[in-house]
Amino acid sequence: MKQEFTITIYTENQVGLLNRIAIIFSRRKINIESLNTSPSEVEGIHRFTIVIDELEEVVRKVVRQIEKQVDVLKAYFNTNDEIIWQELALYKVPTDTIAEKAKVERLLRAYGARAVVIRKDYTIFETTGQREETDTLLNVLGPFGLIEFVRSARVAIIKDSKGFYEKLKEFEQSKPTTRIDSINRSRIEEETIDL
Amino acid sequence: MQTESLQDKKMAVQESIDINGSEAVLKALIAENVDIIFGYPGGAIMPIYDALYDYNDKLEHILVRHEQGGIHAGQGYARSSGKVGVVFATSGPGATNLVTGLADAMIDSTPLVCITGQVFAHLLGTDAFQETDVINITTPVTKWNYQITDANEIPSILAKAFYIAKSGRPGPVLIDIAKNAQIQKFSYTGYTYCNHIRSYRPKPNIRNEYIVAAAEMINKSERPFVIFGQGVILGEAELEFKAFIEKGGLPAAWTILGLSALETAHPLNVGMLGMHGNYGPNVLTNECDVLIAVGMRFDDRVTGRLDRYAKQAKVIHLDIDPSEIDKNIKADIPVWGDCKETLPMITALLDLKQRDSWTAKFQECNEKEIEAVIHDEMHPTSEHMTMGEVIDQLNEITKGNAIIVTDVGQHQMVACRYAKFNQSKSNITSGGLGTMGFALPAAIGAKYGAPDRTVVAIIGDGGIQMTIQELGTIMQNNVNVKILILNNRFLGMVRQWQQLFNDKRYSFVNIESPDYVAVAKGYRIEGNSISRREDLKKSLTMMLEHDGAYLLEVFVGKENNVFPMVPQGCGVSEIRLK
Repeated sequence: MKQEFTITIYTENQVGLLNRIAIIFSRRKINIESLNTSPSEVEGIHRFTIVIDELEEVVRKVVRQIEKQVDVLKAYFNTNDEIIWQELALYKVPTDTIAEKAKVERLLRAYGARAVVIRKDYTIFETTGQREETDTLLNVLGPFGLIEFVRSARVAIIKDSKGFYEKLKEFEQSKPTTRIDSINRSRIEEETIDL
Repeated sequence: MQTESLQDKKMAVQESIDINGSEAVLKALIAENVDIIFGYPGGAIMPIYDALYDYNDKLEHILVRHEQGGIHAGQGYARSSGKVGVVFATSGPGATNLVTGLADAMIDSTPLVCITGQVFAHLLGTDAFQETDVINITTPVTKWNYQITDANEIPSILAKAFYIAKSGRPGPVLIDIAKNAQIQKFSYTGYTYCNHIRSYRPKPNIRNEYIVAAAEMINKSERPFVIFGQGVILGEAELEFKAFIEKGGLPAAWTILGLSALETAHPLNVGMLGMHGNYGPNVLTNECDVLIAVGMRFDDRVTGRLDRYAKQAKVIHLDIDPSEIDKNIKADIPVWGDCKETLPMITALLDLKQRDSWTAKFQECNEKEIEAVIHDEMHPTSEHMTMGEVIDQLNEITKGNAIIVTDVGQHQMVACRYAKFNQSKSNITSGGLGTMGFALPAAIGAKYGAPDRTVVAIIGDGGIQMTIQELGTIMQNNVNVKILILNNRFLGMVRQWQQLFNDKRYSFVNIESPDYVAVAKGYRIEGNSISRREDLKKSLTMMLEHDGAYLLEVFVGKENNVFPMVPQGCGVSEIRLK
């Protein structure tokens, strides 16, 4: 069954790498639902967060193809219950309607949103949350003459991850000691068996 | 050459010299022990060619007739020598002409470093003359690519390029160098080899528990079957592989890229896998109890229909590329690693066994195939020659010592089926991509990669016309390659499919040929054309004994088919003998 997977990729900061990763999906006709690139906890190392809706088997193969790229350090994939994730949304609404018809204060509190800008002509709200939360506020603001709406890509933290510092130290040794996932194919490809 | 690079290294601690980027490129090639470059000059790579003028004594450059010919030559060189092939091309069309060869090298894991010129950095993105976005065009068909706009990067990037091309699972690397970087003077402090990139792990760690599990499974097995690919050749693990199958008494069949890793005459060599492979290896894939895949990737031409492929068997998969494990066939025991290291580890744990009744089954199948297919192919009753008898006659004369370079199509399948080999790196063909036009230029490269060996390019009448211009390269450089054209006046493989699956609707497979002997003569290459059986042996001998390049055209039966055949969409045990 297809489900949402979040792929987390640690990479070198290299021109052209975004394309190299993107074509791994497009070649297999997989639609990228969301894509975010940002710095990571390690200086100089980039972190991609990509969301796709796919079968686990397909995701596993795609992640291996990603990890095979020379400038990719490591790639993980997780289901939604294995991560903490958030998206950020901005909503632009006419200030007069908002002021007239809805109590701004109440809206802000109910949806954990805050006003980023309040001008005479428009107000911009911002909220972070999961899809349902940002969608709910979107539905609420719809009737008030929503002028613009934008939602960011997902950013996610893997619950079980210990961060990338240790892994990087391992990679920087001239004899790489990384391991591939174990025979039972555990999802987070961190190994427990030591030889 | 080695001393020069040592000097370069020494210089690193002592001093620096001012050189331009182009010279740095050539110094890098010399340090990497490159002795030959296949290339074609043009505007954006002129500074490098200008520097090459002074390096004539250290680097040989072969001027090809088309960049596609250049890259296929680089591939042929890499495959016959085991070294990295180096190719030069200019920007724009020069670079785009490399794309087919890059795709071919990518899918067939051939180590190449291609250097393309690029317009000045300040012109990038302006649609300048002969500007193409080479990096983005070649991203899906390179293991790695990089654009250099500053000469200071040249030594370290080229070191990286060679390391990436040849390590792990080899592949093509393309370095695009802007013209300003080629002419830029910079202070050169020497060349340092690359042997580690933190984000790149060419060899996965070997997991001992899988080695033990694999050996146990093979020891317990009653009908184990080994299928091997080019991984054995790329890993230079031919001896380790032989020791492995000999100790375990394991019958072994090859993919067409694995061909020649194990000599044809070896008693455990049971033949070819796949669509036009031998009957036994295909049928018995579905009867073995343990299938041991070594350095191969379960291509669809090998497996046929996946849901009817070796369902009864446990699968052990040895591969250096972790993404190949479970890609097409789920492995019960994944043995990650370089097979040169993993095979001896497994061999050490194997019981010494002979499995006569199991290997006899391959022999039984072989007899069936001889009766149904091979006998008629070798001793046809028709007056027209078959491709098989030509290859058979060639075997008799070369004694299996030649390098055989094939193109794509019927002649390729027949050559792979019947050519005999005594040593590794002797079969060079375009496997994964199936590139018609590959053989002629690849044969040129193969000859430079193994100058002491006889190189025979076997090509159909379709493929030869795709890269026939490389006869010019052969002429200019006196490349001693033997060109054997098997002419059936058809695009034979497509015609065969049209006959079998499209009710003989021969749609655009009639192909006319020029007078090849006259064409060869125009290029000052000796040649001959025959259509009678009684001329075959004499003509082949004349071709092989001729001092220099020679073209022999052999007319064969027009509508001969290659059998056995696993039709597309069928399982391997549904292989047809006719």
